[in-house]
Amino acid sequence: MSETRTITVIVNGKRHNATVPVRITLADFLRHDLRLTGTHLGCEHGVCGACTVLFDGCSARACLMLAVQADGHEIMTVEGIPPDGKTLHPLQEAFRDNHGLQCGFCTPGILTTLIELLRENPDPSEEDIRIGISGDLCRCTGYHNIVVAALDAAKRMCQADDGRPATDDRRHNDR
Amino acid sequence: MNQVGRDFPRLEVRAKVTGRAEYTHHLRLPGMLYGKVFRSTVPHGRILHIDTEAARKLPGVHRVITGEDIKKLIPEPYYGPAFHDQPILALEKVRHVGEPVAVVLASDPHVAEQGVQLISAEYEELPAVYDEVQAMKPDILVHEVLKPAGTFADLKHLKDRGGTNVALDYHLRRGDVDGALAKADHVIEHTFKTQQCLHVAFEPFVSVADPGDSKLTIYTANQSPSFVRIEIARLFGWPENRVRVKVPYVGGGFGGKLYIKLEALVAALAMLVRRPVKIALTMEEQFYVITKHPTTFRIKSGVTKDGRIIARSCEVHWNGGAYADIGPRVAQKSGFTAAGPYDIDNVSVDSYEMYTNRTPAGALRCFGIPQLVWAYESHTDLIAREIGMDPVEFRHKNLLRNGRPQASGTILKDAAIPEVFQALVKRMNWDAPFDRGAGILRRGRGIAIALKAVISPTTSVAVINISADGSITLFTGSVDMGQGSDTAYALIVGEVLGVPAEDVRVVHSDTDVTPYDMGTLGSRSFYHMGNAVRLAAEDARGKLRALATEAGLPEGTNYPPVEIFKKRYGMQAGNVIGTATFLPTYSPPDAQGLSSNVTPFWMVGGAGAEVEVDTETGHVRVLRLVNAADCGKPINPAVARTQLSGAAIMQLGFTLSEAMHLDGGQVTNASLADYKIPGMADIPPIECELVTAEQHNGPFGAKGLGESGTFGVSPAIANAIHDAVGVRIMELPITAEAVLRALRAKEGRPLDDE
Ligand code: FES
Ligand code: FES
Repeated sequence: MSETRTITVIVNGKRHNATVPVRITLADFLRHDLRLTGTHLGCEHGVCGACTVLFDGCSARACLMLAVQADGHEIMTVEGIPPDGKTLHPLQEAFRDNHGLQCGFCTPGILTTLIELLRENPDPSEEDIRIGISGDLCRCTGYHNIVVAALDAAKRMCQADDGRPATDDRRHNDR
Repeated sequence: MNQVGRDFPRLEVRAKVTGRAEYTHHLRLPGMLYGKVFRSTVPHGRILHIDTEAARKLPGVHRVITGEDIKKLIPEPYYGPAFHDQPILALEKVRHVGEPVAVVLASDPHVAEQGVQLISAEYEELPAVYDEVQAMKPDILVHEVLKPAGTFADLKHLKDRGGTNVALDYHLRRGDVDGALAKADHVIEHTFKTQQCLHVAFEPFVSVADPGDSKLTIYTANQSPSFVRIEIARLFGWPENRVRVKVPYVGGGFGGKLYIKLEALVAALAMLVRRPVKIALTMEEQFYVITKHPTTFRIKSGVTKDGRIIARSCEVHWNGGAYADIGPRVAQKSGFTAAGPYDIDNVSVDSYEMYTNRTPAGALRCFGIPQLVWAYESHTDLIAREIGMDPVEFRHKNLLRNGRPQASGTILKDAAIPEVFQALVKRMNWDAPFDRGAGILRRGRGIAIALKAVISPTTSVAVINISADGSITLFTGSVDMGQGSDTAYALIVGEVLGVPAEDVRVVHSDTDVTPYDMGTLGSRSFYHMGNAVRLAAEDARGKLRALATEAGLPEGTNYPPVEIFKKRYGMQAGNVIGTATFLPTYSPPDAQGLSSNVTPFWMVGGAGAEVEVDTETGHVRVLRLVNAADCGKPINPAVARTQLSGAAIMQLGFTLSEAMHLDGGQVTNASLADYKIPGMADIPPIECELVTAEQHNGPFGAKGLGESGTFGVSPAIANAIHDAVGVRIMELPITAEAVLRALRAKEGRPLDDE
């Protein structure tokens, strides 16, 4: 019943062509059309950060964007973080080992935000982390372990081969 | 390797960090319709007419349903855990703004939403009551008649108090309060208030019902699937086994997702249209579902010259909103401990659960305890000030100790009150000199401690299946909404059966296969279900041994299970099923509100705060928050610590910023943008201390502690503010405006009202 457009989007390194209603949000497109339900919806008005994805490498709220805006762009969701099907990314390992989550509803948005943060700033201070994820809300954890996990992730990632997150490399290879 | 007491990553963590964890939020079924809710715009009114014509005609709308349609399917469409007072969709009357009045169904949720915009309703508006104390006057009645539900053992005594707004009144009389007050050297009285606030789970309420052929399946983000099954079966007049309730991971609950929320509605809709129906609320709609009780607490104490509290009377009014939900339990249960963790010979408690024309209130992380602690620990601090005693010394003098009767008459056992208090005092460095700031920035510190009785008597059942290869599956009705129960139970099973916890599979609530559990609430689960799981594992261990004997294996030898099964059945075949039911003993309160056995265990928690107050703006900065709780012997200390810090930060929100604002019954800040929960930038440095003790009847000595972290936060901060700038805040939340008003009033130049 409503107007549609055909778009091409690269999501987690894979190209998708789709015809979507113009009013569909990017979050709904990812969740419903691509079945990438790891992008969670909490507030749906840009406050909580649960829906955060990387849009050409920069964090963005998928609930505040339309799918058509993603035409010709690259999106990375939480499903795109692990370097392959089996291994966890050091950031994910750090969240596992430091109990950086409880219900896990905010986690995808926090992880994607941190991927960007740690790429820009591989050796962040605690304060940098706090400021960097101050736009992501969590109702369960009280935040403490999220900060601990993020700092631990930075350490693990520095120790990794080239010191850069694997996803960062892959993003450029796909271009 | 010892399993219990291990710092062990959550079982489900991989699914949660990769985005694969299943939440009801994600579920879509073939042929599914989305329902969007048309809600009341008036706080109290008689429904004259609902015009659904335009919505019905909107292309893409499948059907529009009102309360009258539901009534054709379910003649008595009222539900609730305490009273059957809540209609699935409004009938005759609406009782609060936001009450569901009609639902539009469509395959496209946007079409359904548009349909809702096209509905209009006409009401004959009735006068409304919003305040819990004013509701005591019977001139405005929220309900004309009430039907007690009779579901829960602890609420069997509920009755319809015709012609009032009282859902439940609980009274406790111990000793002679009036006599003792007359003898006291000081009689001190205060009234404290708390605000209406809410859970704000990040996964908003969501339920899906699939009518199927011979049974109805409900997928739902709910903390009490067994209750949902019983209640839905009752509404339809079916046996329980025609209803299947499945709960995947839940994106936060905190007491909000208990009992029936959307489940009865989706079930009725699905049965009416014979198609799967999903309703997923928005964050805004959560403000119209369930909240935390606003309260008014009048507390009066009689104290001797040397600082002994000899009498205390407590009168609490609970604002339960338009439907009772579990409010009566909140009023009664928390009533047991309304006088605080103190040894007082003469106590009276009058606790009233009131109906008003607000969004209903229910359980929110502690069943009312934080509201009470706010009052009695602020009051305790004020008494110490008045009689010129150090607040720590004053508390020390009055703390209740094991072996002494608590106000309810139950002897205190395994409650580490002095230990928790001592841990706080030590961490706060109470005896060391303290920097009180200078100029406009003044510093102070405060402390608070509290006690809670758990919900009793309640039942948990666990089933363990050892397959023929020796692998173990645990079936429980507990819901893991982030508190880590799956992991804790796996550790218990691992401990009993001698396997690593990571090898135990925990099956999530699915009432077709998981047995009864009263609900994941009030920190009861870990104790009740933890005990059931332990006993079920022991049962399985015993049966496995018996199987070995049957198979002719010599006793005392340690054959791996797979060998035992092979020997007995000639191949890899068979199962060993271990099961256990756990129900602690309980004595209901007598006519005096007293009982010798009011709870199977006690929770103890406290907080200390250091704050800095800006005397020009009233802004309060918490410099340090210390939290301590009695956790028995923790099963998984790392998870226990996150529970404490998470609870403390949630309570920090209820203390400093969170409040639902009401204007003529309308919530004016129903969004996460306007209702401020703590973010990263609001978090003070926080320290959490697990005070380990032994809970003699707990699973491996442990006890529940999902709530203990909230107890002391609010009064500790208010006490610290008083310490810093000499003003007392009597009502939550403690906003900068409230502090500034108090400061200016103290200086004799009060701010104008609004
Ligand atoms: S869902 Fe997008 S910011 Fe909350
Ligand atoms: S873990 Fe539940 S919202 Fe963050």
